Amino acid sequence: MHIPDGYLGPMTCGAFYAVMIPIWATASRIVKKTLKAKQVPMLAIGAAFSFVIMMFNVPIPGGSTGHAVGGVLVAILLGPWAASIAITVALVVQALLFGDGGITAIGANCFNMAFVLPFVGYYVYKAISHNAPPNSNRRFWAAGIAGYIGINVAALFAGVEFGLQPLLHHTANGQALYCPYGLGVAVPAMLGEHLLIFGWVEAIVTALVIKYVQKQNLDLLQEGEVS
Amino acid sequence: MKITTKFWIGLAILAVLTPLGLILPEHFKAGSAWGEWGADEMEKLVGYVPQGLEKLSSLWNAPMPDYAFKGWEEKGLTHLSFAYIISAIVGCIIIVTVAWLIGKALSKKSD
Repeated sequence: MHIPDGYLGPMTCGAFYAVMIPIWATASRIVKKTLKAKQVPMLAIGAAFSFVIMMFNVPIPGGSTGHAVGGVLVAILLGPWAASIAITVALVVQALLFGDGGITAIGANCFNMAFVLPFVGYYVYKAISHNAPPNSNRRFWAAGIAGYIGINVAALFAGVEFGLQPLLHHTANGQALYCPYGLGVAVPAMLGEHLLIFGWVEAIVTALVIKYVQKQNLDLLQEGEVS
Repeated sequence: MKITTKFWIGLAILAVLTPLGLILPEHFKAGSAWGEWGADEMEKLVGYVPQGLEKLSSLWNAPMPDYAFKGWEEKGLTHLSFAYIISAIVGCIIIVTVAWLIGKALSKKSD
């Protein structure tokens, strides 16, 4: 889901930077009010976890690869705004240091994976686990479903961003300037592979770690409930 | 043991296991992620390299491209796995440092 340089036109890249700047500003403002000093290590762990889990490319035999993001888990444990900051740090380092995701696409990639994914996941988790005691099984299932839905909505956004490019930018003879695949190809491709495979990886990772946290330290499940 | 200590250990274990994310796709003959093809792969897919893509795709010269060392593209899976672990460790150290500093700057000083 890391859109490289050259796949999105300047208009799209600029628009997503413009959208992300107020989101980052709001995230800093809210995290400043809610993050406790003792949660700082968790923020760092969350960012590093998201980074490292994204290195586990899962193959579709003979096809493409994809991976979990771990962002829904971070959102459940720290709240969606802190998760947004943690995932942004991971995505920026991936782009700058490893060339994974484009520099021009940092706004778009952060919108998909550091905004849509943690927020959708967090609110799905909250809705399902509403009033459930911290150690309940419902929280385990809520985490899995939240992971699955969060990454799939993010993939849908990425698919739409790819798919709009041939409509927005093409030469006189119809050749695309950036991503050549339209909505009819990009959306089913991005969404399909996440619905079939990668969404389940995110679901399992999220649910299993929540299960582990339930066994180890129930307080952690209450600290994420900030907004 | 504190749960954060356990998480740190978990991270270290994950970092050492990352080459699975390289070896499994290779084993199952899976290619690039959708929409993350290089210019030459793109030419094979659609018959041309979109002009804007060609121009922008080489915009940034990452110091460790594709989680490997520069010039290691042709090395075998063992070398690449080693580079992948180093990338995981270097990436984690930088990300932990940056996120920690941001967290310190933002978090409430009391408690």
